[in-house]
Amino acid sequence: MLLSFAVSSLRSRAKSVLLTFLSLLISISVLLSVEHIRLQAEASFNRTVSGVDLIVGAPSGQMNLMLYSIFRMGSPTNNVEYDSFEMLENNEQVSWAIPIALGDSHHGYRVLGTNQTYFDQYKYGNKQHLAFADGEPFKGIFDTVIGADVAKKLGYKVGDKIVIAHGTGAVSFTNHDQSPFNITGILAPTGTPVDKTVHVSLAGIEAMHLAPSQLKDILANPDDLSNPLVQPDSVTAVLLGLKSKFATFTLQRALNNYEDDRLMAILPGVAMAELWKMMGTVENILRVISVLILVSSLFGLSTMLLASMQQREKEIAVLRILGAGAGVVFLLILTEALVIAVSASVVSLGLVTSIFAGAKGWLASEYGLFLSANVFNTHSAMVIGAVVVATLITSLLPAIDAYRSAIHSRL
Amino acid sequence: MNSQQTSTSSASVAIHLKDVVHQYPKSKTRMTLPEWTVEKGDRIFLHGPSGSGKTTLLNMLAGVLNADSGDITLLGEDFSSLSSGKRDGFRARHIGVVFQQFNLVPHLSVLKNIELAAYFGGNKGNVESKAAGLINALKLPVEVLTQSAKSLSVGQQQRVAIARALINEPEILLVDEPTSALDTDARDAFMTLLIDLCKQHHTTLIFVSHDKSLAQYLSSSVSLQSLCSFSEVA
Repeated sequence: MLLSFAVSSLRSRAKSVLLTFLSLLISISVLLSVEHIRLQAEASFNRTVSGVDLIVGAPSGQMNLMLYSIFRMGSPTNNVEYDSFEMLENNEQVSWAIPIALGDSHHGYRVLGTNQTYFDQYKYGNKQHLAFADGEPFKGIFDTVIGADVAKKLGYKVGDKIVIAHGTGAVSFTNHDQSPFNITGILAPTGTPVDKTVHVSLAGIEAMHLAPSQLKDILANPDDLSNPLVQPDSVTAVLLGLKSKFATFTLQRALNNYEDDRLMAILPGVAMAELWKMMGTVENILRVISVLILVSSLFGLSTMLLASMQQREKEIAVLRILGAGAGVVFLLILTEALVIAVSASVVSLGLVTSIFAGAKGWLASEYGLFLSANVFNTHSAMVIGAVVVATLITSLLPAIDAYRSAIHSRL
Repeated sequence: MNSQQTSTSSASVAIHLKDVVHQYPKSKTRMTLPEWTVEKGDRIFLHGPSGSGKTTLLNMLAGVLNADSGDITLLGEDFSSLSSGKRDGFRARHIGVVFQQFNLVPHLSVLKNIELAAYFGGNKGNVESKAAGLINALKLPVEVLTQSAKSLSVGQQQRVAIARALINEPEILLVDEPTSALDTDARDAFMTLLIDLCKQHHTTLIFVSHDKSLAQYLSSSVSLQSLCSFSEVA
């Protein structure tokens, strides 16, 4: 009865109620979206790399090493010697070692020099291995395997010849015209920076940087990986998988004190957490802004109810005469506020879901953001719970006003 | 606090007031009512000039205004000493009220308005058929039940207000200047219907007005000045 009365009363004030409803709808949607994107971004961030126990590179900051070796962002400051990579590979604690050589690009996509171990051991998400959408890993010096985004954006297919430029910009002044690479494989999409990477062998990286006269020699024999000209002398970083997790800290300490080369070993989990904490500031600012928008909408709701109180004195008097206690009038106002807030929340859930469902493909292809459209989770339930509680608190003022008016209402 | 004498005849008494005092807030005026008894089934015309305290008395009888001291006994219940919540419940079940204007919630249909009274009165009966019966007795077309209250004329609204006040079959009906917004014809029709229904339901009626020409419809007439006195306090 109270509910149907509240709904009828709200209907009679349709215009102001509708505006309040829209303002709440927008602010709840913003809050839900921000929270959803935040959670999804964190999940997507954390799925970038999996199963790597240590990352080894030249000493810089752990953030820097993390950014270029995993996220393929920024520039490596220094390299480690290839001998060090071999030392790591042969270390008895090490199960596998993936070398990474960065520094070149193809149409703005990073070129990453590595070896077969990359395709065997690199894992992302929930310990998923890389899979080939088409083709197979590279074999010769001038073979390349490209990520899903690279293939899609540049329209490449297996068998195409591409040119890889020195430097990491989208436009390069020294095109390595003489060293065309043959695409042997395209990786399946992963939603990680792997999709935006052009993979070549370490020898391929060396070959790109040879003088034209030396290059001729290589081109004549492109499958000879033992040619001394293409023997790598350094790599940018090494990803390690250990036989036993317990050796992680011992090995890390040993590598940090390694005397034959300057090495730094970092724990990816720790670096990831630190990196996410940095992003957390931005995240918190977004959160604060969306909460403020919500609060201002709730004040709007409270104002609307307060403003209606004058015209509703008669209505309250009628209710009182019919035997409604002042408490009933108090509850009535709270019910009205709740009806608006709950319906705005429900519509908002639908709206946010459909927006994410609609923008899903676009976000994935444009920004590599893999967002789920499913906002029906416990976190959203908590957000809506908080909205309801905040609604109750802000509508206390008009409800108390109505209560007083009910106490003093006379014939 | 009922005296021995009154308790013997309390079964036939609808309203009993004893030594009721009300101090008007923000003024020095004090209203004192030594004693007033209304028998069940009486239809009293309570008159007095505007501002003489008629509405104050009705508010006290309806329980929306507390007397500062004294006893108000309704239907044998010590009304003035009930908690405000119990008083609200008592009012919903036993007292019907019709006032000058704005008796109905404008955004609800006529039926919903009547159902609201039944809801607060805890009336579980078939409200719709009973409402239709009352609407019929009040010479309104049954279709008004589905119309919104604000679409009715003032005269129709006042008749619906009677139907709503009587839906819980209250023993006491308080009516405050119900005809002030009506023209003469509508007023006469309203009065006839009101009195007929009260007779039918054996309802005790307190009818308040400054218009003495309405006294002819009621069984007895009381002036407020004869009931209570006003004094100025320091």
